[in-house]
Amino acid sequence: MSTPETSNPDFAIEGHGDISVGVRGAGASGDGSASATRITPGNALRPEDIALEIRKGQVKPTKDVAEYALRIGDDGLILAQRLGHWISRAPELEEDVALGNIALDQLGHARSFLTYAGAAWDKSEDDLAYFRREHEFRSAHLFEQPNGDFAVTIARQFIVSYYQFELYKRLTGSTDATIAAIAAKALKEVDYHRDHSAQWVLRLAGGTEESRRRIVQAFRLVWPYVEELFEDDELTARLAESGAGVQPSSLRADFDQLTGEILSEAGLDEELNLERIPQSLGGGRQGKHSEHLGYLLAEMQVLAREHPGASW
Amino acid sequence: MTTPANESHETPWSLWEVFVRSSRGLSHVHAGSLHAPDAAMALRNARDLYTRRNEGVSIWVVPADAISSSDPDSKGSFFESPQGKDYRHATYYTKSEGVKHL
Repeated sequence: MSTPETSNPDFAIEGHGDISVGVRGAGASGDGSASATRITPGNALRPEDIALEIRKGQVKPTKDVAEYALRIGDDGLILAQRLGHWISRAPELEEDVALGNIALDQLGHARSFLTYAGAAWDKSEDDLAYFRREHEFRSAHLFEQPNGDFAVTIARQFIVSYYQFELYKRLTGSTDATIAAIAAKALKEVDYHRDHSAQWVLRLAGGTEESRRRIVQAFRLVWPYVEELFEDDELTARLAESGAGVQPSSLRADFDQLTGEILSEAGLDEELNLERIPQSLGGGRQGKHSEHLGYLLAEMQVLAREHPGASW
Repeated sequence: MTTPANESHETPWSLWEVFVRSSRGLSHVHAGSLHAPDAAMALRNARDLYTRRNEGVSIWVVPADAISSSDPDSKGSFFESPQGKDYRHATYYTKSEGVKHL
């Protein structure tokens, strides 16, 4: 999350969901000789850009849009915290980096959405991430589910990325320009997350007897949290009406079709029989969470709460 | 955490060499190596490890054991024999009169 220096308009770090802080501009300065390849920072939308626009008074979300951005931002924030736990624990170094990068992508999206949402209540992304209590979080239950073994993490990620891809794809057409811009940046990254998790679903299902047993078990554990992702409510109805958001239920058909294709290719569809897996009650969007979120927040928030205003 | 650390190393992933082309018109340059279970995953791991900062427009991955390389210890006889053979360099020759812009 950002440091307190965000009040300085010149403040700019590259922290938008990538392990690349410190290489900014290495290619542009002509010092490409140090690397075999050229490094460029790119010019995608950053949370700092959004914060700057907010300070200049150029953008401000409506109350509804802020609530909506809070939901999407919380999903990413909580998942980033979960995925970050894999760093140094993944089965292989390469997978460590892959999961770490996905975590940072999610954190990057969360920072943008929370920065934008915060403008409605005069709060910073840090205020929202570190100084809200459990019942004030609006993430769905899937995102806070424990990592389990590698297969559980992959099954959760598979569902998340196919859901987020459909969501962001639709939000690129949002009538709210900031939401549309964040979604456009996130879409490319989530597309890769889809590919990453799909590849692993196929390999675990087609690997050894043990890997198949684990991925089957993993889907049985996380599938109960799918329904909540696609539940409509009054807020999403109003946002769909205004064109700023979408009704989650309208994403379900594409989600089912695309995930179904991979599960069928993996030969898992009949064995899983997903329609028969009972669905949880959900309630995350109303701040009703499972027993897992409190522990996650305690770990995520302890440093910021212990040292308010500290920068790192 | 229940990562089966020991099981995953029963069959180690094989080693791949990664080549990245930084832009169109340039050649692929060796960027490093990585482990992966197969070519498709090697490409994805290479993307994560070597092209996350816009370094490339194209990646090749090659199984490390498919590459035959020169012996680093035989540097003398292998690479240094051209030394002293100045005639192999165009600079050895004097410029002919009347040749401009050389």
